[in-house]
Amino acid sequence: MGCSIAGIIDESGKRFSGEEIIRSIKKMFLRANGLGGGFAGYGIYPENKDDFCFHVIYNSEKVKEDTENFLRHDFNILKSEPIPTRSIEEIINRPLLWRYFLKVKQEVRKRFYEMTEEDIVMRSVMKINDASAGAFIISSGKNMGIFKGVGYASDIGRFFRLEEYSGYCWIAHDRFPTNTPGWWGGAHPFGLLNFSLVHNGEISSYGINKRYLEEFGYKLTLRTDSEAILYLFDLLLRKHNLPINIVHKILCPPLWSEIEKMTQKEQDLYRTLRIVYSNALINGPSAIIVSDGKIMFGFSDRIKLRPLVAARKGTKFYLASEECAIQEVCSISSGIHFPKAGEPAIGYLNNK
Amino acid sequence: MKTLTFPDFVINRDNEKCIQCEVCVRQCAFDAHTLDKETNKVETDIKKCVGCLRCATMCPTGALCVSEYSQKIRKNCNWNEKQLKELYKQAETGGVLLTGMGTDKDYKIIWDHILLDAAQVTNPSIDPLREPMELRTYLGSKPSKIDFRFDISDLKLKNLQKGILKTKLPPQLKIETPILFSAMSYGAISLNVCRALAQAAEECGIYYNTGEGGLHKDLYKYSKNTIVQVASGRFGVNPDYFEAAAAVEIKIGQGAKPGIGGHLPGEKVTEEISQTRMIPSGTDALSPAPHHDIYSIEDLSQLIYSLKEATEYKKPISVKVAAVHNIAAIASGIVRAGADIVAIDGIRGGTGAAPTRIRDNVGIPIELAIASVDSRLREEGIRNRASIIAAGGFRNSGDVVKAITLGADAVYIGTAALVAMGCHLCQKCYTGKCNWGIATQDPYLVKRLNPDIAARRLINLIKAWSHEIKEIMGGMGINAIESLRGNRLRLRGFDLHDNELKILDIKPAGESL
Ligand code: SF4
Ligand code: SF4
Repeated sequence: MGCSIAGIIDESGKRFSGEEIIRSIKKMFLRANGLGGGFAGYGIYPENKDDFCFHVIYNSEKVKEDTENFLRHDFNILKSEPIPTRSIEEIINRPLLWRYFLKVKQEVRKRFYEMTEEDIVMRSVMKINDASAGAFIISSGKNMGIFKGVGYASDIGRFFRLEEYSGYCWIAHDRFPTNTPGWWGGAHPFGLLNFSLVHNGEISSYGINKRYLEEFGYKLTLRTDSEAILYLFDLLLRKHNLPINIVHKILCPPLWSEIEKMTQKEQDLYRTLRIVYSNALINGPSAIIVSDGKIMFGFSDRIKLRPLVAARKGTKFYLASEECAIQEVCSISSGIHFPKAGEPAIGYLNNK
Repeated sequence: MKTLTFPDFVINRDNEKCIQCEVCVRQCAFDAHTLDKETNKVETDIKKCVGCLRCATMCPTGALCVSEYSQKIRKNCNWNEKQLKELYKQAETGGVLLTGMGTDKDYKIIWDHILLDAAQVTNPSIDPLREPMELRTYLGSKPSKIDFRFDISDLKLKNLQKGILKTKLPPQLKIETPILFSAMSYGAISLNVCRALAQAAEECGIYYNTGEGGLHKDLYKYSKNTIVQVASGRFGVNPDYFEAAAAVEIKIGQGAKPGIGGHLPGEKVTEEISQTRMIPSGTDALSPAPHHDIYSIEDLSQLIYSLKEATEYKKPISVKVAAVHNIAAIASGIVRAGADIVAIDGIRGGTGAAPTRIRDNVGIPIELAIASVDSRLREEGIRNRASIIAAGGFRNSGDVVKAITLGADAVYIGTAALVAMGCHLCQKCYTGKCNWGIATQDPYLVKRLNPDIAARRLINLIKAWSHEIKEIMGGMGINAIESLRGNRLRLRGFDLHDNELKILDIKPAGESL
């Protein structure tokens, strides 16, 4: 499939309007067919930056009520409001779109002392999404949110009034779906906790990645490979506490023949990674951008069957499927970088 | 007593072509061909023919044709020819029926009802001749995660060298293709066959398995590619035996005869075999049905850890069991008992000798066993703790790919390897008169199998299958075997019952993701 992906991070942490990422992704509209688009923005809720923010899609008022009752078991709801939208004729049949700012209740933390706050959030998200009762949590991190739906990404961006938000990191996706029907929850980015991910491709290893994740309690309700990749990041970065470079080497490991040429110490490391995490290898054509608010990480599959371009200008770092999307928002004459197969391109948030 | 049974085969000798060279007379250890001293003519007694085709293959003029005996009893689906012959035989001997190789009953072969996927349009296929395609597999226990220490402030971790890998992997067996040679003991097969298997394993970067018959001194040099077995008879078990192995396998059972021990008759226990098995020559080598020190899972655990101690935790310990009804729970117990590898042998697994009734009726198909064991271990979150080797009638690379996609790490092949060396599946291995020089200790017959040529045939087979596996993987858009393993979404069932689909955990053909 020919989806497009894009991402911009200001490594100094300076926030900028969502308008920029809309323009970037719009430039590649030929790669999409209007069946899904979306954005993730980081740093957009500074006044609630320490609270979990849930963006939720509802089918009906009734489910909303049930879901809120369920959320009240584990969370104090600090704020509950509709996600602001504007009426535009391109976007029709929109579901109920709601956002909450939440804190995990103290008593719940005490009762489940073996779980982190994140584990408790993940458990609730998995429960609600897995029930497929008409409520779907599309993002659940702190000081970040995902905005997505059925339509071209640029229309979705206008619909959600993203130009009114400012964030230091944005990623976007415009979709040409082949494997799942158009549905608001099925558009990219996919999110869990602070992670958000956009993906162009189709992975041939999905079946085993899914079974592997299920062993760790992840519920893959969407039947899409992108969701699996997102959870792999969550598992490896957050739960297994591995640095991003190692995670990348797990998802896209070097060939055995390359490993054999390394120093003994490197061989030990890479061999161990491949042996222990064989179920997490991502196979098949993919270009992926993922962020957790601290980094923006882009990579393609081991034999680069999907495009990815990177560039840096000033404190900003850009990723996109095509160079034109970067040129659109920052004209650069040099410094465009075409990462090789399996080579990552990373932007880091520098401010502490 | 006059026998009422009738022949299985007819041998047709074309007298125009026959040059009376007596090759067939010398080739047939069952004496189906003899020279009539009076007439000086080669005669044939079809009742003795076992259908191994040795004579027809060796006849220099192509004068011989072996075919099924055409004289038929009245057709009866219930009381068919096979049933009658077995009844006559038992009425005439009063004995338990014996046989060799895997069951020949026409049980449904589930492999033939499982279909593989291929990439089209959205996901390109990969040409294995142009792109790398990795089959390498590591067998052994894996930790569920690694412990990698790094300085959190150095988020960029520009230099991975700075991090420290704390995790030490348990011992692993590296295989270059997910196929190993199944346990076949010296005694059941000839030393030449063992040599061929060992040589081929070495050349292919895989392993062969000694079976329970000990390890002949000549084979110690292949230790890097050797899995030794410890079975209920404990034949040939000594410190050097462990030293000379890459891994040790505890044999609890085998697919052809679950719950049954083994019996190598004294006449086959030659001087060499007696040395290797460490028993007096000429005495029967008896493998009791159970291990006399294993009556529960704790006992198995003790044996596993004794072997780990004996090998200083440097070698993976495998436990081989027959696929029986409760296989998922049994496998889970074995993993929890500390095994690094679980080898599971399905109902179609072969043998040198087994009671026919056991071989043909006990156990379950390996397809279902792989699926239920892999699912169970994943449910329990212990799949990483052991590798699964599946065995029992793998006929071709398609079966292998399907087994791995269901969840096996690798497969053991026995029958297919013997066929590659010349076996014609006559099922007379238990007689010790194998005309193909495989399942025999008779020096005259043993000579027939040249170990170097047999090794070459085995190497060709493994190479061919590996190429085919790569071709299939490439078609699926997969370039590393770990992405195939357990990836059941790439399988579909065709003409399978709902229950079978449920246990295999695959969708029916025609159903999309
Ligand atoms: S081997 Fe062939 S040619 Fe020779 S005696 Fe037998 S049938 Fe005749
Ligand atoms: S090994 Fe020999 S005796 Fe056994 S089935 Fe094969 S050809 Fe017949």
